[in-house]
Amino acid sequence: MKRNSLLELGVGIFMLAGILGLVFLGLRVSGLGVGVPNDTFTLNANFSNIGGLRPNAKVTMAGVRVGKVTDIELDPKWFDAKVIMELDSEYDGKLSEDTTAAILTSGLLGEQYIGLTVGGAPDTLHDGDVIRDTQQALVLEELIQQFVSNMAN
Amino acid sequence: MIDRIALLGRGTLEMLAAVGRAGLFLVQSIICLPSREGLHLWLRQMHFVGVMSVAIVLVSGLFIGMVLALQGFTILVGFGADEALGQMVALSLVRELAPVVAALLFAGRAGSALTAEIGLMKATEQLTSMEMIGVDPLRRIVAPRLWAGFVSLPILTVIFGVVGIWGGYLVGVKWLGVYDGSFWSNMQDSVSFVGDVLNGMVKSLVFGLVVTWIAVFQGYDLIPTSEGISRATTRTVVYASLAVLGLDFVLTALMFGDLG
Repeated sequence: MKRNSLLELGVGIFMLAGILGLVFLGLRVSGLGVGVPNDTFTLNANFSNIGGLRPNAKVTMAGVRVGKVTDIELDPKWFDAKVIMELDSEYDGKLSEDTTAAILTSGLLGEQYIGLTVGGAPDTLHDGDVIRDTQQALVLEELIQQFVSNMAN
Repeated sequence: MIDRIALLGRGTLEMLAAVGRAGLFLVQSIICLPSREGLHLWLRQMHFVGVMSVAIVLVSGLFIGMVLALQGFTILVGFGADEALGQMVALSLVRELAPVVAALLFAGRAGSALTAEIGLMKATEQLTSMEMIGVDPLRRIVAPRLWAGFVSLPILTVIFGVVGIWGGYLVGVKWLGVYDGSFWSNMQDSVSFVGDVLNGMVKSLVFGLVVTWIAVFQGYDLIPTSEGISRATTRTVVYASLAVLGLDFVLTALMFGDLG
């Protein structure tokens, strides 16, 4: 009987280790939030070139993470990139209407993300609004091309 | 010439018959009403198949994570992107290495033992005796082992992944000096729970079923001689490894194929 309970204990610890491991993978490795996901609101922004921006990239403001990119699609009307992002709802109605969005790169070759900078207009952005003033991604090839053609002149 | 064609036909028919037998065998043994006694048998197999495999999974997971970090660092540092080490280690472990390597280890450690055990039962006519006294060997012997393998491989995979990431952390952050914060935050930005962790789990569920299925079927279906047992054990490891690697490609193509 004693042997049996020891065996059961072993299997129990084994199962527990599996569950704890999954929790670790969820929380620590994939950064899953605890509990219900935060309320969010949606903003759109059109960029003439998004470079290497991908869905799930972070959206920051003064370097602080405030949301993420949920979807990127081609706007068939203007043929530019329409970036849909979700921001924490605590900023809903707080960002001025002339907020600018820029695609930035962390480090020289790091991932690309969106940086928001607030303006001074009294009206504010709400769910589903579009950010008008955007700055496209820095594409290294274009920069090099410009540099080379400047050198040639 | 006719003989050759007939030989080919016979080989094909035998192979198809074996596949059919294996399918029937799986269906018959996996569908069984849970009983108190069955639960106890399952628990004993969980101990043998799962708990006893933890040590090898821990050690190999740790070393694979450490090697991954070391190799990744020397490549990434050339691009000045050593901060991406965390995401590289975590993604390759969670998506690929943990399910596949754990399944290969599992096939070698537990699968071969299952085949040999059931094969010896068959060779010593224990299975036939069971049928004689009215005990269904599929239920009594095969089903608990199948379920144990199916449940324990995903757990072993999780343990492998966690230990591997910890090994990568030890080498990358503690030894090579990658910044702690960016190691974890890059990892958290790029690993998605559903897309990566759960897909890895789905992989290991499939592998768990396939590996234990091959192992018990090879044991149940072997020629009951000592040579037959040794052949079946070898076949288990070879077939299970090939099945895992092949299925891994198919599953990866289905899960991540459209990621661009």
